[in-house]
Amino acid sequence: MPISTSQVPAQAGTRGHSVSASLQSWLPRLVLAPSVAISLFFVYGFMIWTFVLSLTNSRMLPSYHFVGFGQYARLMANERWWVAASNLAIFGGLFIAICLVIGAGLAILLDQRIRQEGTLRTLYLYPMALSFIVTGVVWKWLLNPGLGIQAMVRSWGFDSFTFDWLVQPDMAVYTLVIAAVWQASGFVMALFLAGLRGIDDEIIKAAQLDGASLPRIYRRVILPCLRPVVFSAVMILSHIAIKSFDLVVALTGGGPGYSSDLPATFMYAHAFTRAQIGLGSASAMLMLGGVLAILVPYLYSELRSKRDV
Amino acid sequence: MSDAIRRGQVIRRQTPAAKALRGLLYAVLIVAAVAYLMPLVVMLLTSIKPLAEITPGNLLALPRSPTVEPWVKAWGEACTGMRCEGVGGYFWNSFAIVIPAVIISTLVGALNGYALTKWRFKGSNLVFAMMLFGCFIPFQVVLLPMAQTLGWLGLASSRSGLVLVHVVFGIAFTTLFFRNFYVGIPDELVNAAKLDGAGFFRIFWRILLPVSAPIIVVSVIWQFTQIWNDFLFGVAFSGHDTQPVTVALNNLVNTSTGAKEYNVDMAAAMIAALPTLVVYVLAGKYFVRGLTAGSVKG
Repeated sequence: MPISTSQVPAQAGTRGHSVSASLQSWLPRLVLAPSVAISLFFVYGFMIWTFVLSLTNSRMLPSYHFVGFGQYARLMANERWWVAASNLAIFGGLFIAICLVIGAGLAILLDQRIRQEGTLRTLYLYPMALSFIVTGVVWKWLLNPGLGIQAMVRSWGFDSFTFDWLVQPDMAVYTLVIAAVWQASGFVMALFLAGLRGIDDEIIKAAQLDGASLPRIYRRVILPCLRPVVFSAVMILSHIAIKSFDLVVALTGGGPGYSSDLPATFMYAHAFTRAQIGLGSASAMLMLGGVLAILVPYLYSELRSKRDV
Repeated sequence: MSDAIRRGQVIRRQTPAAKALRGLLYAVLIVAAVAYLMPLVVMLLTSIKPLAEITPGNLLALPRSPTVEPWVKAWGEACTGMRCEGVGGYFWNSFAIVIPAVIISTLVGALNGYALTKWRFKGSNLVFAMMLFGCFIPFQVVLLPMAQTLGWLGLASSRSGLVLVHVVFGIAFTTLFFRNFYVGIPDELVNAAKLDGAGFFRIFWRILLPVSAPIIVVSVIWQFTQIWNDFLFGVAFSGHDTQPVTVALNNLVNTSTGAKEYNVDMAAAMIAALPTLVVYVLAGKYFVRGLTAGSVKG
């Protein structure tokens, strides 16, 4: 009873109903309990489970014969893993950079009192509603050298026009960038537009009174205010990049060969089709490490900035 | 809005240079819109062309004799892997997975958000932070244990198994949505009801739920698009008969037997894309709100 009264002052008067009162004070916890149990088991438990698997020699089926960090050593010696990892660096870096430039650019242009702004915004953002599988299927068609953009431009009379990245081992990863930028840059635009609309009008008016030109106002006053938006966008986009699986499967299938593999497809291929569960688990743990490396500094700075306010 | 107008007026001074700049601005925006729209237009055009027009023609050529045959074939006859039943059945599979998963995860998220904000207890923030982590993990890290757990539960390759997976990993997001929404609802409202002796669920049904419509819409749209568009869980945990439409589409497009029917592929892609496109067109505002709330707030 003292516990329940201290936490739910409203029920201090209902001394006669101590059972129901303490039930009431425990109800919130009871309601949350299944969700807490679920995330303990399915998120934290599974992470540990995968880590344990990564320390074993599991192949087709999980076995619990421990081999220390042997799978990580195999991974480090695996050429296909390094292709996947360096592809992620290329894909992630370009994807994030291009999305930021296009997203910020479109947002700034849309912010100039544009007629039909709503329509344009809708058009820029709709790819985000599609699944990466659909995006991959469409772009596979557009980038098919015999039928897509290359064939179209050639039919206009530019016979030597070549755009066959999809079938070039050293270029296929860039086709992933094209499709992913098409899908996600509108979303970055929406983030920037929201950020622009949130900037205090007075600062801009003051700069105008000082005679600053519009480009200068953007560079010196507005863009610095958007730093948190940039931060969030980078965080979300890198998260999308690390998790990218469906797009690769649908657009390039990781090919030609395994030239456009990403860690997510590497993990799936080894864990589910090549009977290398131990190795697949090790690669999954490294992906988790990558996400944490981005997430922890982000959350840290978020929490710190909230404390400052 | 008003600052946008004022910023716009800086450019809008009627000098010829400013007019030219204004024209350029619209030109850039329209070119960008065309670029974003092109893949959808090509997909639609290709899906209503007979095969004979596709190989010789170009992407943007209008169909000379438009036909719905590719759509009919994609829906009911096209081969996805070994079977030739089209994507129609898998389209309904997706709904059979999405609807229960969305309802359950939204309801649980609403109750969680309510308990976390209006009945704070020692450690409730910690519980929230702990659950939030589920939004950020790369799902590759849970694939193998999940496959084994579903097997133990007798849910391997079943629609119920996929519903469970989507509920489990969707709760983190829905809890986040409702928690952030309910933080903004004045505590006084709830406290007054507590004084009157109203209990946990009564307050939820009578006070919180009636004002929750906007966040319910956001949560439903977010979950609907996430689950509809899922491929990873679908491909890892579904069987032949329980595949969602994304998996069937991928199988259809990558089937290597027979002549490639690009128009049927594109029609199947349209079918897989339509439900989320409809949601986006009808409720775009809430879609964007879901995107930003789901990913910006940490």
